Amino acid sequence: MSEYNVINSRASRIDTPDKSTGRAVFIDDMSMPGMLYGALLQSPLASAKILSIDTSAAENLPGVKAVVTAKEAGLVKYGVSPARYDETLFCHDKVRYVGDEIAAVAATDLETAMEAVSLIKVEYEELPLLLTIDDAMAEGAPVLHEKYPGNVCAEVHQEFGDVEAGFKESDLIKTQTFRNKRQDAAFIEPQGCLARYDPSSGNLTLHSSTQVPHYVQRTLAMVLKLPVGKVRVVKPYVGAGFGIKAAANPMELSACLLSMKTGKPVKMNYSREQVFMFGRARHQFTHTMTTGVKKDGTLMALKHECYLDGGAYSSFGIATVYYAGSLLGGPYKLPNMKYDGYRIYTNKPACGAQRGHGGVAARACWEQQLDIISEELGMDPLEFRLKNMMVTGDITCNDLNMSSLGMRECIDAIKEGAGWDAKKGRLPKGKGIGMACGFFVSGAGYPIYRSDTYHGTVVIKLTEDGGTALVYTASAEIGQGSDTTFAMIAAEALGILLENVRLESGDTDFGVDLGAYSSRQTLMTGHATKEAAEDVKRQVLEVLSEELKIPAEDMDIKNAAIVFKKEKPDFSAMRTRYIKEHRGWSDNPAEDDELSFREASRIAFLARGSIVGTGKYKPHELGGKFKGAAVGTSPAYGCSAQIVEVSVDEETGKILIEKVTDAHDCGRAINRTSVEGQMEGSVSMGLGEAMYEEVKFDGKGRVINSDLAEYKIPTSLDMPPVEPIIVESNEPNGPFGAKEVGEGAIMPTIPAILNAVYDAIGVRIRELPLTPERVYMSIREKEKE
Amino acid sequence: MKKLLCLNINDKEYEVAVEPNQTLVDLIRYELGLTGTKKGCEMGDCGSCTVIMDGKPVNSCLVLAMQADGKKITTIEGVETDDGLHPIQKSFVEKGAIQCGFCSPGMILSGSALLERNPKPDEDDIRKAISGNLCRCTGYQKIVEAIKSVNE
Repeated sequence: MSEYNVINSRASRIDTPDKSTGRAVFIDDMSMPGMLYGALLQSPLASAKILSIDTSAAENLPGVKAVVTAKEAGLVKYGVSPARYDETLFCHDKVRYVGDEIAAVAATDLETAMEAVSLIKVEYEELPLLLTIDDAMAEGAPVLHEKYPGNVCAEVHQEFGDVEAGFKESDLIKTQTFRNKRQDAAFIEPQGCLARYDPSSGNLTLHSSTQVPHYVQRTLAMVLKLPVGKVRVVKPYVGAGFGIKAAANPMELSACLLSMKTGKPVKMNYSREQVFMFGRARHQFTHTMTTGVKKDGTLMALKHECYLDGGAYSSFGIATVYYAGSLLGGPYKLPNMKYDGYRIYTNKPACGAQRGHGGVAARACWEQQLDIISEELGMDPLEFRLKNMMVTGDITCNDLNMSSLGMRECIDAIKEGAGWDAKKGRLPKGKGIGMACGFFVSGAGYPIYRSDTYHGTVVIKLTEDGGTALVYTASAEIGQGSDTTFAMIAAEALGILLENVRLESGDTDFGVDLGAYSSRQTLMTGHATKEAAEDVKRQVLEVLSEELKIPAEDMDIKNAAIVFKKEKPDFSAMRTRYIKEHRGWSDNPAEDDELSFREASRIAFLARGSIVGTGKYKPHELGGKFKGAAVGTSPAYGCSAQIVEVSVDEETGKILIEKVTDAHDCGRAINRTSVEGQMEGSVSMGLGEAMYEEVKFDGKGRVINSDLAEYKIPTSLDMPPVEPIIVESNEPNGPFGAKEVGEGAIMPTIPAILNAVYDAIGVRIRELPLTPERVYMSIREKEKE
Repeated sequence: MKKLLCLNINDKEYEVAVEPNQTLVDLIRYELGLTGTKKGCEMGDCGSCTVIMDGKPVNSCLVLAMQADGKKITTIEGVETDDGLHPIQKSFVEKGAIQCGFCSPGMILSGSALLERNPKPDEDDIRKAISGNLCRCTGYQKIVEAIKSVNE
């Protein structure tokens, strides 16, 4: 039995009745009176000089209300990291990828807006194309951005310990290279927005399918030159994001600008093709790793070099190139680590953050290398990992503090769950079993812009008639279940039932919350929610203390009733007062009932007016002092281990994933069903990346599979049974001991598949995805050796 | 030139004038205001616009409104009963089969169409029945469990 009354259960999510009936409102379900429709002109060329833009024909088309270009928008630079603001809303001098925005139109209907876009005449002068890292880094290659010679968007050089000394002490040193492919997040809801500027007040409200209302608010204010206080961003239900919706996009900015120009609400949507064109999903990484170990399996050193194909702009890329190195600091004891990372500009859509930001391909490369090493040492891969595993309280060589780490428990759980000992080394040829581990941050330790801001604030107000706690948070429910998580945390901390809580989220008017990225909300917004609930509880008990003449500390609230720890006082006068206030009501308390929370909160209102509690959170100072230390530091780390079982048809190269056993340490599970949901969803995204997914380009830089038929994500028929095992530790920095599950759970999937495939056929595959062709060719090549 | 068509949606008769190139999903969402039916790709790939037409689940983005003339259609808004959530909706809620919820209307309709013709489907039946409905959040497992448990 759980010691908790609300959390740690399998409560049904509060948003799902609406989502099951079609009542839940997503962005494209919204409309406003007098609403206009916007459309974007995007470059058909990947690299060209803009010689002229003529919008006159578009402006003259009946029904067109505004046409905007860089002339109207200005050239304010923006982006994700202030250190690399390298985008302007519209291109004015050159275009850098197929899809680069040049103009936007608002018209009375979408067809007219699109026709107007086709009437805008742009004269281009084509420039040389840089579609690969090799092209972009070649001697004398043209540069995408004048400020960044050599097309190096960002580079990282870090060394912790002494890698060369570590190699000298090693008995075995292995080097391998590994490459993934550019991925698309393939959320089912394309980005959309609805902007409304009120010319009389100067207030701008943007409704948007976003993960980060707060950052969008700041970017809108900066680019459109409005005071932050005049900008409100509201997030309706969002059809998932996985990182791609974690920054302002040019469509949001365009809709706002068009609404400011016309004084009318403006609605815009990306088509599925535009979702691919906009990109901002997982980079293509090329990792080269050299790892040294002692004969007994002790890890000594890792030398790591990585190149990221960044696309035309930075987006999240600076963080990505740091994460690609820093997230190998754990979960193994690694005394020496050197990392050189380069993010390179190319004439393709920008890449950004996607689930497991920066760490997924690195993890896939390294965990496969650890298997190669353990095999050569004659050690069981699982024992090899256990030998090097960190424990709670360990700090990595790059200063990440594993304040809780249930890694060992995760390995024990999958070992038993999958029956590892009975299978490893005992399966027939063509069948294989493999494992891997991983970990991820529970929230970035620092905001994206340098600031002392709180990362989350929460307000809880009790309804004046008592009985319901209204929770207001600017955090972003994007499908992961955060609304339910915070409602459960509020109910638990306040001592009431989940049904006593009503929650509103995703609105910048509710406070500051950095939003849904870096798996931060459960820990960070959770803390703020808990603090606000405790504040409310304190106030209610203070009033009771005054009224009943009992010290507040002798009372508590549990299951929506007042608990008297000592002698039960006579509260009949208070009850009579409450009932008088509600004469004629049918649900007043009976004489023998316990004193209810509802009565207490009504009495508190009568004494003090509206009872409002506030909570806030920002992490304590974290991490090292070296350059880039901010990326990878977090108040806590979730971790996981997975075992994958496969069969491989050696004649066709076709892989069948038969089963995944997945254990994740999420600290204290707030909602067990939601934790499993994140684990199962992560496995499916990892499986897709391992097996099928690749955004492909033609020689002109155009995406050739910009739809969900040719860009293949797993269907219900592709997913094997997944056994999710929740491992709970008690994270000292988490609310009720909770930490992340949303991204760490994807880390082991790809390498566990790669290791299982090797176990089945004896062939190491160093490039994704594992298409039958690639597997078949790898088998044939191995035969030739 | 707009054409007049008659169709029955969720047991209600509609008479509407539509352009010949208008899709059923646009008619349902934008003209009739039944926004529970979602649009994820407009190419018949994702299944989020699934509605039931004459007993069969169809991608309403691939059906011209004119083709629905005289048809009987159920959208997600027609699934709920007078007593509240339909058992399949309850099951989706209780089993945690809904995350972002964007695919859920289509999933629930594909699931109900299956249960109509096969009240006790096994896992393979269910996986086949929803294979045209993409979900990026759940990994499908809890959706399969939810459909399986409706009549168990």
